[in-house]
Amino acid sequence: MIAIFGLAIGVIVGLLVQPTVPVELQPYLPIAVVAALDALFGGLRALLDGIFNDRVFLTSFLSNVVVAAFIVFLGDQLGVGTQLSTAVVVVLGIRIFSNAASIRRHLFKA
Amino acid sequence: MTMADDERTDPPAHEPEDVSVAPASDEAAIDAIGETAPDETASDEAANDETGSDELAHDEPASDERASDEPGPKQPRKPAPADAAVPKRLTGWSALVSALRPRATRAQVLAGVLCAALGFAVVVQVRQAGDTNLSGLRTDDLVRLLDETTTSADQLSREATSLQAERDQLQSGSSSRQAAIDAARRGAAMQGILSGRLPAEGPGVRISLQDPNGTIRPVTMLNMLEELRNAGAEAIQVGDQRVTASSAFTGASGAIQIDGVTLKPPYVWLVIGDPDTIQTALQIPGGALAYVRNDGGTGDVAKVQHVSISALRDLPDPKYATLAPAPPP
Repeated sequence: MIAIFGLAIGVIVGLLVQPTVPVELQPYLPIAVVAALDALFGGLRALLDGIFNDRVFLTSFLSNVVVAAFIVFLGDQLGVGTQLSTAVVVVLGIRIFSNAASIRRHLFKA
Repeated sequence: MTMADDERTDPPAHEPEDVSVAPASDEAAIDAIGETAPDETASDEAANDETGSDELAHDEPASDERASDEPGPKQPRKPAPADAAVPKRLTGWSALVSALRPRATRAQVLAGVLCAALGFAVVVQVRQAGDTNLSGLRTDDLVRLLDETTTSADQLSREATSLQAERDQLQSGSSSRQAAIDAARRGAAMQGILSGRLPAEGPGVRISLQDPNGTIRPVTMLNMLEELRNAGAEAIQVGDQRVTASSAFTGASGAIQIDGVTLKPPYVWLVIGDPDTIQTALQIPGGALAYVRNDGGTGDVAKVQHVSISALRDLPDPKYATLAPAPPP
């Protein structure tokens, strides 16, 4: 419940503040968002599995974001930033899908 | 989906699968790793977990057993994952319902904070993606964008060139059409003046012939007309009749008719043309005025700066003659 409130508060704050993303961070923000979504779905799955652990959630959330951004940064330095960010998005997308499937099985038994 | 089927056919293997398919669920994997090396904080959290499940004890009969597990809540998970762990845990809807209860546990607050960060980031990114900012793009993307822009600019400039050519063509076509119309209009005006269809005005002379005895003959009038034409008269009116190429003087002395209309003296001629030439031509010895005097009449010629000839003649459409096709150039 608090998580849902937090999400809503974050959205509202984002709408009210209307910040501009620094130019250096602009390529990494979308990847970081996808990584955070992945962590969120992983946490939801763990919750439904009954093995949710806030420390693990925090760690996976932050590390997902950092690692994803770092991979893209590395790709940019190597000149394959576009391809690598695509790869990261694909991998995270697959993970989100499999987590969503697991959540679905838990909730709907199907 | 094969994974899903496997899992469904083998529910007891559910838990170990979570561990073995660790890459699919970071959360589950790290959790499992964390449990192989439990420390003080981990057990602390476990206590938190337990308080959460206690609240749910009424809804979930399976958790009765669990409430008595307090001293070592996580132990059943590790040693016997296949059979014992599954019923002890809060799973599915019950876990969701318990999570939805607002409690100020560390896990809830942490999840709230992280979700707030995520929501903020999502909104920022969506807004960012909304306005296309070139400075945020990579070099590859910029190069591709530049290529596309250049290509489309080339295409547009080609299109502009062809459209311009088309416009020039249309314009020259319309201007030549306009020239043809102007020429036709001028021709129509000229033909109209010569044939007597249109009124005319301009410099000329006014000739007044007095015929007190009614002795001027029609041939004298014809002589006068031919003299005027020789002198370059362009439009002629006698009395209130326009004189055209087909006009004829008939009748007899004192009752001269032009085109079947009887004229009454004094005979007034209105002539447009070069006044000096016409006046000289009429007054030369043995000329038109001399003929008039021979007939017993008198005449005088006055130069007029502005002669207005308003008499018109209706021309019937030619009945037999049609326009001959233009000769080949």
